Amino acid sequence: MTRLAIAALVLLTGCSPDRAGSARPVAVGSKKFTESVILAEMAAQLARQAGTDANREDLGGTPALWLALTQGDIDVYPEYTGTITRQILQADPPDLAAALAAHGVRMSRPLGFRNNYALGMRKDVAAAKGIRYVSDLRAHPDLRLGFIHEFLDRPDGWPGLKPHYGLPQTNVRGMNHTLAYRALVEKAIDVTEVYTTDGEIAQYDLLVLEDDRHFFPAYEAVWLYRADLEDRRPGVVAQLRRLEGRITETDMQRMNARVQEEKANEGQVAAEFLTRTLGAEVSVADESLAARLIKTTGEHLALVVPSLLAAVLVAVPLGVLAARRPALGRGVLGATGVLQTIPSLALLLFMIPVMKFLLDEGTGAPPAVAALFLYSLLPIVRNTYTGLKGIPHSLQESAEALGLTPWAILWRVELPLAAPTILAGVKTAAVINVGTATLGGFIGAGGYGRPILRGIDKFDIPLMLEGAIPAALMALAVEGLFELAERAVARRP
Amino acid sequence: MFQLAGVTKSYAGRSALGPITLDTLAGRTTVLIGPSGCGKSTLLRLLIGLIEPDAGTVTFDGTPVTPETARPVRRRTGYVIQDGGLFPHLTARGNITLMARHLGWDRARIAARVAELAALTRLPADGLDRYPHQLSGGQRQRVGLMRALMLDPAALLLDEPLGALDPLVRADLQADLRDVFGALGKTVVMVTHDLGEAAFFAARIVLLRDGQVVQEGSPADLWNRPADPFVTRFVQAQRGPQIPQEAT
Ligand SMILES: Nc1ncnc2c1ncn2[C@@H]1O[C@H](COP(=O)(O)OP(=O)(O)O)[C@@H](O)[C@H]1O
Ligand SMILES: [Mg+2]
Repeated sequence: MTRLAIAALVLLTGCSPDRAGSARPVAVGSKKFTESVILAEMAAQLARQAGTDANREDLGGTPALWLALTQGDIDVYPEYTGTITRQILQADPPDLAAALAAHGVRMSRPLGFRNNYALGMRKDVAAAKGIRYVSDLRAHPDLRLGFIHEFLDRPDGWPGLKPHYGLPQTNVRGMNHTLAYRALVEKAIDVTEVYTTDGEIAQYDLLVLEDDRHFFPAYEAVWLYRADLEDRRPGVVAQLRRLEGRITETDMQRMNARVQEEKANEGQVAAEFLTRTLGAEVSVADESLAARLIKTTGEHLALVVPSLLAAVLVAVPLGVLAARRPALGRGVLGATGVLQTIPSLALLLFMIPVMKFLLDEGTGAPPAVAALFLYSLLPIVRNTYTGLKGIPHSLQESAEALGLTPWAILWRVELPLAAPTILAGVKTAAVINVGTATLGGFIGAGGYGRPILRGIDKFDIPLMLEGAIPAALMALAVEGLFELAERAVARRP
Repeated sequence: MFQLAGVTKSYAGRSALGPITLDTLAGRTTVLIGPSGCGKSTLLRLLIGLIEPDAGTVTFDGTPVTPETARPVRRRTGYVIQDGGLFPHLTARGNITLMARHLGWDRARIAARVAELAALTRLPADGLDRYPHQLSGGQRQRVGLMRALMLDPAALLLDEPLGALDPLVRADLQADLRDVFGALGKTVVMVTHDLGEAAFFAARIVLLRDGQVVQEGSPADLWNRPADPFVTRFVQAQRGPQIPQEAT
């Protein structure tokens, strides 16, 4: 069954292992926070200056990006030197360039600004407790700390910071970066990690605690790009390197604030900076709302349609099998039922290593399609089973008495009779599928989930709605379409 | 044509039929009659291998009917059940031609055969393109009969084909059916629980009770020489209309 499913998926998604070919556009990766997105926009716009197509892909955390870069899913992404040594290489080699070259990756010279980790507090809270340095925190064990999940995991984050300073706090929670700022301002937490280029530091007038025991390394922004990029796309690397030493901390803070506070579009902000600083005539990829909608709708359909088709191809035969062999049927219905109880986000994340293993493609659409496929199975299997079991015995007997073969009975009598029930199952699967596909935004699969998640990150309600409303409309449209189909099938009693 | 030799069938330990030994009359009509639950339908199902006997053998033209041979037997036998057993997702024509299409008959041959059968069973022309729920009960039975006759089978099995029809339609169809049987000269096995109907069709009646043959013979035999008191009771239970006497 699994093998069949995989075959169907490969077929339907048209995934081919040859992704590093030169025909596809330059792929620029970015992490899921504003600064990384702005930098990635700059890289994409500069790559276009070199006369090639370029796409931006929001991929999430450092491990996902490093993986995508080394396996050729993306060509370049903005990274920070501290992250490279502490998290990626987990070593501080004397020759960083050589260490990266061993992975087929090159590093540009610093772009100019540092985005160091630091701890931030409200000024009034810090003043009341007499806190100025990180080491002052030791005297206040009951402070409430809120960090993003990645900071809680990284050796250059909380797991390293805590022993380095001997910090006693136990009330430590993981939360989204933007929410952490809100929580800090609302005094729901006392300390959070900040990036020194965050627009919020100035916006909320926060105190950045001094790293008096020099724990946090320097996080200088650089480009990480594939060593073969220069050969495959001559000129792109040269364009990217035009930014070396050109972005100051103030520049970056201002650009971050433009996006975070003023809700400006990242591409627009990036283009303005390139024009001002490099005099570059960049093509602003600031699409109209309609163009964005067409793009996200296309991406969303590319998740929904293949996963649903594959599910139909697999689930209908499974349902037939279940109806024919009662013992097997209980097993099949049980197994697909268990799949359904896995929280959709968990299933989605679980599919990342699975698809990495199967298709060597662990990010973007394939894991999302795989998860949606598994999720769509149950309603279709169950309804196929129910539809077949509900056929009156007298009709089955009539079909047999005619002398039809079992296959002909299935094909000419049973499946047509069960069709309305099966179709209802496909409808249920499709509607669930359209909604669940928005979670694909978490793993860079595109679709309506992307504006929703970017909107949550930026606290940008219109942007969230740009994903949420079309998703709801698509679900309604799918439902309507299937109802029409059901009516056509149910002309007869 | 069909032969049962020492056939028994039970469900969950309860005997439904037999042991029974019986021959059908080739080219003639045999009527199975008996109270409900006596095993008439079970007997028909055994004849074309829809169910297998627990003991004994069923043969068709001398060949044993087994799971392996059942399909050719079914293709040479038409089978009609009480409500026609028509497939609701197909039109009358779709039902009638299903098997011929499956066997790859060409269009012209199918059309010719359908026209021939429509004339034989007197189905109104516009009935062919209706779905079963758009047909009257009598028309449904005519379509069921056409479907059973499509491949020109050697034998025809009918399980209470007229049970659910109102008296006028039923009388009409009885007459038409008898004409068809007479015209085609096929081996017919028909189930009914109505002795009048049995007498109307049959050269030979087989009366069953609790899965056993109680008596077989002509209608006159059953009336005049009942084998046991059950037959007498069964015959007497079938009454015609009681016309009240008018006072003079
Ligand atoms: N599939 C079945 N499962 C269990 N019992 C059955 C089944 N079919 C028939 N029977 C039983 O076998 C007996 C004969 O049934 P049947 O041949 O349908 O009688 P008839 O057609 O004469 O009314 C009845 O007691 C009935 O309940
Ligand atoms: Mg019966």
